[in-house]
Amino acid sequence: MELSNLTLFWAGVIALSIFIYVILDGFDLGVGVLFGTTNEDTRRVQMMNAIAPFWDGNETWLVIIGASLFAAFPVVYAVFLSAFYLPVLLMLFGLIFRGIAFEFRDRAGSMQWFWDRGFFLGSVVVAFVQGAAIGAMMRGVPVANNQYAGDAFGWLHPFPVLTGIGLVLGYALLGAGWLVLKSEGTLRDWAYARIPWLVGGVFLALGLAFLVPLTVDAGAIAQSNLRDRPWGFAFPILAVAALVGVVACARARRDELPFPLTILFFLASYLTLGVMFWPYMVPYSITVADAAAPDVSLGFFFYGGVIVLPVIFLYSIGVYYIFRGKDRRGYG
Amino acid sequence: MDFDPVFLSRLQFGFVITFHIIFPSFTIGLGAWLATIEGARLATGNPVYRRVFDFWLKVFALSFGMGVVTGIVMAFQFGTNWSVLAERTGSIQGPLLGYEAFTAFMLEATFFGVMLLGRDRVSPRVYFFACCMVSLGTMFSSFWILANNSWMQVPIGHTIVDGKLIPSDWRAIVLGPIQMVRWPHMLLAAFLTSGMSIAATGAWYLLRGVHRDEGRVMLHWSLGLVAVLIPIQLFFGHLTGLYVLKHQPAKFAAIEARWKNQQPASEVLIAIPDPVSERNLFAIEIPRLGSFIASGNWTAPEVGLESFPPKDRPSVIIPFFAFRIMVGMGLIMLAVSWLGNLLRFRDRLETTRWFLWCTFLSFPTGFIAVLAGWYTAEVGRQPWVVYGLLRTADAVTPSLTTGTVLFSLVSYVLVYAVFIGFGTYYIFKLLRQGPTVEATAIRGATASRPMAFADDAASATGNQSLAGE
Repeated sequence: MELSNLTLFWAGVIALSIFIYVILDGFDLGVGVLFGTTNEDTRRVQMMNAIAPFWDGNETWLVIIGASLFAAFPVVYAVFLSAFYLPVLLMLFGLIFRGIAFEFRDRAGSMQWFWDRGFFLGSVVVAFVQGAAIGAMMRGVPVANNQYAGDAFGWLHPFPVLTGIGLVLGYALLGAGWLVLKSEGTLRDWAYARIPWLVGGVFLALGLAFLVPLTVDAGAIAQSNLRDRPWGFAFPILAVAALVGVVACARARRDELPFPLTILFFLASYLTLGVMFWPYMVPYSITVADAAAPDVSLGFFFYGGVIVLPVIFLYSIGVYYIFRGKDRRGYG
Repeated sequence: MDFDPVFLSRLQFGFVITFHIIFPSFTIGLGAWLATIEGARLATGNPVYRRVFDFWLKVFALSFGMGVVTGIVMAFQFGTNWSVLAERTGSIQGPLLGYEAFTAFMLEATFFGVMLLGRDRVSPRVYFFACCMVSLGTMFSSFWILANNSWMQVPIGHTIVDGKLIPSDWRAIVLGPIQMVRWPHMLLAAFLTSGMSIAATGAWYLLRGVHRDEGRVMLHWSLGLVAVLIPIQLFFGHLTGLYVLKHQPAKFAAIEARWKNQQPASEVLIAIPDPVSERNLFAIEIPRLGSFIASGNWTAPEVGLESFPPKDRPSVIIPFFAFRIMVGMGLIMLAVSWLGNLLRFRDRLETTRWFLWCTFLSFPTGFIAVLAGWYTAEVGRQPWVVYGLLRTADAVTPSLTTGTVLFSLVSYVLVYAVFIGFGTYYIFKLLRQGPTVEATAIRGATASRPMAFADDAASATGNQSLAGE
């Protein structure tokens, strides 16, 4: 099948939305993960404050991805959600508990421990499920007649568990970078102290995740893609360099650098995945061209894309601008 | 009914949509009510309107948050449990639901923040404009959802290529005659739901002798609105019935509990339908009225369920009773609103305690009517998910097993019980407390955290509150 311009437009929109989502919800989920590693209430309140104005808008991008996928690539939407039935269920519950914890924790009185735990566990579950889904996709998803052909636990395997842990650590690294950027005093020191360990963990987990498809048979297509696109090796090298940079800047205590360098690491890793899997949308069974809705649907939805997405974009920039700089509210 | 993945997935969809639809049908009406009250305040400068507005804004914010969270779950149901449906009809349903997400989120993201926190930062006109935009957003949202559902009820404007439904006429799909009847029916239902809730809240305050000025505004305005809207709603309900008769005769026969073809047909008012013997065990009927209602003619022949092979018939019990419950709720609203206005013209509305009690107890009528109407439409459409084209049994995700769906269903019930329990409790506390905050803007609450507002406003009753008007 030929790739039409409209198909490319929507593939591009979805790819960009996924990246924006991973970075934005990534840092607030990461702060949620770090939230569970401390018991000190002052620190927890500061952490909540550092993400409170942003998290809801960040999560909007997940809905944008879901809606765009259903509209532009319904086959992928159908296969992906049925292949990850149980993980998606867990992710939805994680998102619900995490979201309402923001609202309920302050008024819960003696129940506060419950919502705090919900906030931490919800963040971990959401991050893990997303990472595991990437790993399971890399192993390939069985498809027959445009429908998922595996069972409910098809995704469960040591490799996706590894990528799941990797993403929990990766999001936590983004979260630590965000806290360094937005805070001062003891919270910043605390976040700095965690960065080298998180970098080490991410390097181990995602480094392995990169090597596995290069060595096992399931990754035959990924291997041949990389052989055909040797320039693609620049991306994993860039990813490693960015991680080294994160540690160096954390040592030099340059507040503004660890976060953007972590974004660079995520971008390089994302592009590495792109090189390995393009043109597959569901490895190794459905390509972008196979999955596209007819042009009459893509065209009708196109107006929504070109009008609404820039508005959401501008709004997001506005919110980040209004709440720019260090958060000095401190306690409460 | 077997406990197979199809049945359990239907149960699950019914469960999550039941708990979702409550919130939008409340917030669509509340959004319009807030815009109206803010407009009145802008025109008159009356501080009572301001207090009424600030109070309902808090309720709106909490309900809106719950609607968003339950809505995210709905967005994933098509893919997780109905993947064949998603794949076959995605090129039609995808853009419709996509537009819903885009329009709702755009207006939420831009104007809802202004509505919650922008009172101080924008001019009164801009603020009023933001209220109107939020209200418009909720209506747009319902438009796309109903367009999608109307297409599933009466699919038009498509061609079938390799078993997939491909759009051929977007105008027919989005603006078709069925949609133009069902969308107003749903919008009016939402207005009536909020109208009855607001009237009941006002009656509650008057009964308790608190917030008298605000309660009076709530009671008078909403009873007036319901009195005007309810005849219009009966008219659109009738038009909805005509589309069902024309396009979904089996659903119509089920709603009427008409098993045999009849000429002239009688109208069953109430009955105990028995699916096993395919007749009504007990029935109160009016001869010939059935023909008149359906065809406008006292002797017209009307089809019964026997005209359809058993595999193409919907269940009778649920559509039959749900329809009567919906109509019954409508009649209660009619009685309460008209009687209320009669008492008002005699200046006895606020002193007739038994009537205030009736109004207070009518709080849930709109919610019950919306749910009953939705069940009539959705259960009556069975055994089709896309009427006449795709059977529900063929639309389910093929890889699902009974155990998996049972697990997810039980999990949904548990999780919803926890968070909707807490949320409803907070809304109840707000309603009970009433409009006490005269504060203008609430500091500390943050944009894009809809549910945070109620919390911050509650704490603002103390020293954090700013000067009033």
